[in-house]
Amino acid sequence: MNVADWIVLLGTIVGIAAYGVWRTRHVRSISTYLRGSASAGWGTIGLSVMATQASAITFLSIPGQGFESGIGFVQNYFGLPLALIIVCTVFLPMYRRLNVYTAYEFLGQRFDKKTRLLGAGLFLLQRGLAAGVTIYAPAIILSTVLGWRLDLVIVFTGLLVIVYTVTGGSEAVALTHKWQMTMISAGMVTALVVLLLRLPEGLGFTEAAHVAGALGKLQAVDFSLDPSRRYTVWTGVFGGLFLSLSYFGTDQSQVQRYIGGASLREGRLGLMFNAVLKIPMQFVILLIGALLFVFYQFTAHPVFFNQAEWRRYADDGRFAALELQHADALAQSQSAIRAWLQARTSDDATREARARATMVAANNRTAAVRAEARVALVAADPRTKTKDSDYVFITFILTQLPHGAIGLLVAVMFAAALQSKAAELAALGATTTIDFWRHFRPLAAADEGRNVRVARRFTAMWGLFAVAFALFAGFAENLIEAINILGSIFYGVLLGLFLVAFFLRRVGGSAVFFAALVAEGLVIVMYLSLNIGYLWYNIIGCAACVAFSVALQGVLPPRVRAHEDRAG
Amino acid sequence: MTRARRRDERVEAEPPDVPGFRTWRGIYLFVFGWFVLVVVMLTVFTGIFS
Repeated sequence: MNVADWIVLLGTIVGIAAYGVWRTRHVRSISTYLRGSASAGWGTIGLSVMATQASAITFLSIPGQGFESGIGFVQNYFGLPLALIIVCTVFLPMYRRLNVYTAYEFLGQRFDKKTRLLGAGLFLLQRGLAAGVTIYAPAIILSTVLGWRLDLVIVFTGLLVIVYTVTGGSEAVALTHKWQMTMISAGMVTALVVLLLRLPEGLGFTEAAHVAGALGKLQAVDFSLDPSRRYTVWTGVFGGLFLSLSYFGTDQSQVQRYIGGASLREGRLGLMFNAVLKIPMQFVILLIGALLFVFYQFTAHPVFFNQAEWRRYADDGRFAALELQHADALAQSQSAIRAWLQARTSDDATREARARATMVAANNRTAAVRAEARVALVAADPRTKTKDSDYVFITFILTQLPHGAIGLLVAVMFAAALQSKAAELAALGATTTIDFWRHFRPLAAADEGRNVRVARRFTAMWGLFAVAFALFAGFAENLIEAINILGSIFYGVLLGLFLVAFFLRRVGGSAVFFAALVAEGLVIVMYLSLNIGYLWYNIIGCAACVAFSVALQGVLPPRVRAHEDRAG
Repeated sequence: MTRARRRDERVEAEPPDVPGFRTWRGIYLFVFGWFVLVVVMLTVFTGIFS
């Protein structure tokens, strides 16, 4: 990175944060602080919802996913538009009607205090522990590639996001989201254009897409019913619907983005904006990855993209031999691709089929050398992380983009890290203030200024906790997966609580509270005793919570039911 | 029925004020139709390039 890159990077990242602080420095109302501006339109809400979901990992890992496994991952988002329609028709009108600050307040109004605290507690436990990861995960990649100190990257991004989120709360988050998403869109379009321009002579988008397709990178949809396949239309629609519903409907970091705003209409249109644009957006990001795959068939590239890791063994003869094998396999793959492109233009189907088979075999050889490189790394150090696809896009950015654009794309990664972190901190601060502090100090609710001050302190506290946790995470990388597992263990039961609240009117607070505890216990026991994919615990937790609630409501003593009927 | 409840229901029944759409149901149907169209286009894309 040169001076121009630094100017673009710091100018955009610090500039947007400073703009957020300056515009929201006078926020004194708890409603504006926790729900954002009462005049926010659907565009601001829609971009803010989109920004909250799009973390730095979205822009670092998803192109890598397209490069490595193709674009089938897009199917994961198929349930999202359907989930957002349900949120618009059921969740959002109820949140606005009850004029709540947090989703868990609704649980309190629908059931009772203990269920509200349980819902808020599950959210804080899950999001609070994940808070450090949203800073740490992109910081480790960016610091490795750029050669910056990891702790400085974590502290810089952490303090920057704390400053503007604590100052302006939800309003600052929404304002900065708008500009961060605009910059991210500009950056991704720039990367796509440069990528297309850098494709070799005579290879336009269509030919590149045909090469990517022939090498198995462009299977966007798979209607297979085979349960062993990871991404299919069915897992996307049903699993995706379930996950999106719990994320958009019950996770305060998303709920906070759309419960404010000028009216119900603005919130609904903001969500529909996402329902329309999310799949095409993810498709384009994955397509960038698939096109990078084609680009790197014609451009020399490292056998292992995480070069900082690879260079540790630069003097080892085995590693040098692997580099030579990779360069040789790549050269063969390149000429096989050119031969296939020529054969495609001929009318000879047999020649084309033969050329295609040669090209696929050559590509498999390149992949085999890459796999061998990973095995060699693990043999040298069993703790090595062998997933290098996260480093593909950032390597392209740093080696192929012109100066200025490099700064813009690195700024995209930082902006994405900041935007998801900001929404998370604002949600953690809001839930701690409203569902815990104010709940135990009901008289303090009247003092608006004190409420804002307390909300600021809790937001700052969560921010500092996240920074400290991210610094600690550097010593235990498996923590990231552990936290994802922890999320799946709690998310399902949380969604179960809300589904009972919305759709099972006869179930009362005691039934759902104890059902949730039993369901959570069941999920934990299953996790400790079974060996199944952790995403399944989302469905198991939710189904168990709903089923146990109905069963418990049926067997509860009449005194409890009568009491709850009166309370309701 | 309380006044607040009536006001809420009136707000929810308000038209979306989006050109070409008179009801929210129309908006949801459009979004669902768009989703189906995107899946169809991705299927065609897969067919052409795979």
